[in-house]
Amino acid sequence: MQYILLIYGSESEAKKASKDDMLKMHQEYTVFTNELKAAGKMTGGAPLESVTTATTVRVKEGRTLRTDGPFAETREQLGGFYAIEAKDLDEAVAIAAKIPGAKTGSIEVRPVMKLPGM
Amino acid sequence: MDAAIIGELYRRESGAIVARMIRVLGGDFSLAEEVVQEAFEAALAEWPASSAPRNERAWLYATARHKAIDKLRRRTRFETPLDEGTELAALAVDANDEPASSGDDDLLRLIFTCCHPALALDAQVALTLRTLCGLTTDEIARAFLVEPKTMAQRLVRAQNKIRIAKIPYVVPERAELDERLDAVLGVVYLVFNEGYAATAGDALVRHELCREAIRIGRLVERLMPERAEPVALLALMLLHDARRDTRIDGAGELVLLEEQDRSRWDRAEIAEGLERVERALRLGGPTPYAIQAAIAALHARATRAEDTDWRQIALLYAELVRLAPTPVVRLNRAVAVAMHEGAERGLELLRELEDEPDLRAHHLFFAARADLARRLGHTAAARDDYARALELCRAGPERRYLERRLEQVSAG
Repeated sequence: MQYILLIYGSESEAKKASKDDMLKMHQEYTVFTNELKAAGKMTGGAPLESVTTATTVRVKEGRTLRTDGPFAETREQLGGFYAIEAKDLDEAVAIAAKIPGAKTGSIEVRPVMKLPGM
Repeated sequence: MDAAIIGELYRRESGAIVARMIRVLGGDFSLAEEVVQEAFEAALAEWPASSAPRNERAWLYATARHKAIDKLRRRTRFETPLDEGTELAALAVDANDEPASSGDDDLLRLIFTCCHPALALDAQVALTLRTLCGLTTDEIARAFLVEPKTMAQRLVRAQNKIRIAKIPYVVPERAELDERLDAVLGVVYLVFNEGYAATAGDALVRHELCREAIRIGRLVERLMPERAEPVALLALMLLHDARRDTRIDGAGELVLLEEQDRSRWDRAEIAEGLERVERALRLGGPTPYAIQAAIAALHARATRAEDTDWRQIALLYAELVRLAPTPVVRLNRAVAVAMHEGAERGLELLRELEDEPDLRAHHLFFAARADLARRLGHTAAARDDYARALELCRAGPERRYLERRLEQVSAG
């Protein structure tokens, strides 16, 4: 069963972090990611650049409209994601709880939709 | 077969049959429920008027199983097959001669899945009442004062989440068990309180909620005999339920604990509760449920209101405040202390709670303060607080009680 773990956190809070804190966070992510890979449970994932670099795209009457910024302004922003393989929601939640960002922000766990032929 | 007898049987047996069917179907709540319901309909039509088959549960399960096989075969023929192949295989090997203990395991799986923390609390409650207790969607909707359509959507959404997000149909592992059991007991207690507090709505349905909560309480106690908390919660519910008939008089008016006709308290329920308070304390010590049960036991033991051991009750509330210092618990402690040490001391404790936002919106805080002021002869303060309590209180009997008190202090 595939799940996507979406990592949300406050970018403004993250900016206030000291250099040491950032280094520590980075190390924690490296350790977590390596463990997940070693367990054969990681199928994908990436950290994302800040929402200040985001562009939202819509197509209206054949025209591509670009808007600066994320789809929705929220207190916490999407900062990265993992795609994982887990046997059920309990295992997916246990993995999500180990993501370093879960301590400072929140992780949304979403099952991947199963479509025939995909 | 008589519909009333089948209805009785449905309430008693459907939970266990659905529980097993869900496991065999790999967690498909809605299909399990559908086929079990159809099996009961078949029983209504096919059983002879006077007698049921010797093993009712086995007959119902076998019938439900055949209906599930039919439906899955039809689905695989007409729709795109996903996982139904494996379900069909499971159904084919699932014989009817499993040991009786596996039925208990299935019930535990069902309880823990209905009360899974990934579901919203109101969905946990609805799912438990529907799947485990066999209440209809309409009955649950009436009990919680929501539209049947809203309740149906809530149930469908919960069942879909279980299936799509794959909430496992298992008893949690040891490391998680305490936390998960707390969640289960929380749901049971919520159901009980919803029935007991009678905030509004259909009185009959509400009594049903208390009965169902006690029924699940007994089930969890039986299924997890080494655990103290289910025993404590069951004790608490039984001791409260024993007073149920005396809380409202013939005219539908609220009767306070000190004025209730204690000869009409349910002695058998009290005896069951008292035995469990002792057992819970022995097994698990003074946990929040056990302390609340012990308080209820002290009320139950007092033959007359004036025999109540308020000193002991105040001490138990102090311990409860230490474990769970919520504003409402502190309010209850203040009232108990007032009964033991006098209204002045009670008012002192209430003063410490004046700024709690939860209590400022709660009629019980103002009603308690008004009562103490009335006892001390502070008529003006009592009048103000009864009036404020009335503004905040919604339930009919409680409102009328407050109105009577307000009249009383206004006249005097």
